[in-house]
Amino acid sequence: MELFVFVVAAAMVLVGALGVVTRSNPVHAAMSLVLTLFGIAVMFVAHNAHFLAAVQVIVYAGAIVVLFLFVIMLLGVDQAEDLSVEPITNQRPLAAIIGLGVTGIVIAAIVSSRAGFRVIGDGINETTVESPDANITQLARAIFSDNVFAFEITSVLLLVAVIGTVVMARKSKSVGTGK
Amino acid sequence: MSVMVSVIQPTESWYLILSAVLFGIGTVGVMVRRNPLIMFMCIELMLNAVNLSFVALASEVADIDGQVAVFFVLVVAAAEVVVGLGIIVSIMRRRTTLTVDDMSGLKG
Repeated sequence: MELFVFVVAAAMVLVGALGVVTRSNPVHAAMSLVLTLFGIAVMFVAHNAHFLAAVQVIVYAGAIVVLFLFVIMLLGVDQAEDLSVEPITNQRPLAAIIGLGVTGIVIAAIVSSRAGFRVIGDGINETTVESPDANITQLARAIFSDNVFAFEITSVLLLVAVIGTVVMARKSKSVGTGK
Repeated sequence: MSVMVSVIQPTESWYLILSAVLFGIGTVGVMVRRNPLIMFMCIELMLNAVNLSFVALASEVADIDGQVAVFFVLVVAAAEVVVGLGIIVSIMRRRTTLTVDDMSGLKG
């Protein structure tokens, strides 16, 4: 059963990722991104990360992809892009070599460090029918005790992002007057 | 002795290798595509690959801190997308085509 879940979710993730890279229409690429994000959410559930799976669907598939689609429609760039020409000579072979190199190095690191994995924490609570909120409770205890300072700083980050976007996207009255 | 297919269980290494492949696909996408929106989506792919490896390793070493890290990565990714799309929209006010080749000059 776990193998079946892994194979299906991995197929979703890889097909979606290849779709993002290869589809010429930005709207299709965004839809492929949704497929990948759902596959990742399935894998989160398989690892007892139920809260993160829900947040993944709500924030990524719900908010971020909608934001992408909104900008695509707003800018009117939803027509297909010509992918047949390479802007730089040999760009794609070089990019493929670098990508395969990065992947190979990471896989080599994973395989060689496999023996070093050992249990260092207190365990991750499994969500069951008897305790449906086990994961959320454990995650909340970790965030609001050990990582509460980082959590507070995150609110400052979000405030800065919001203010920065408003300032940037605002129509400035001095545009074109040289000021 | 032959191992039956139903006995094979995916280990954490499978998930880590899948996340490495996903990261590689995202890297190639950033290098190949010229549409800044698609490049952003490829950056999201790379962030998700890292998130997947965080969760898989948290399960492997039985520590909830991996999931906490993913929580913060989600927040930072949301802020990054908002700022990045704001920059793209303000660039598109002055230009008609949307490729990164047209953004080579810093002078707007």
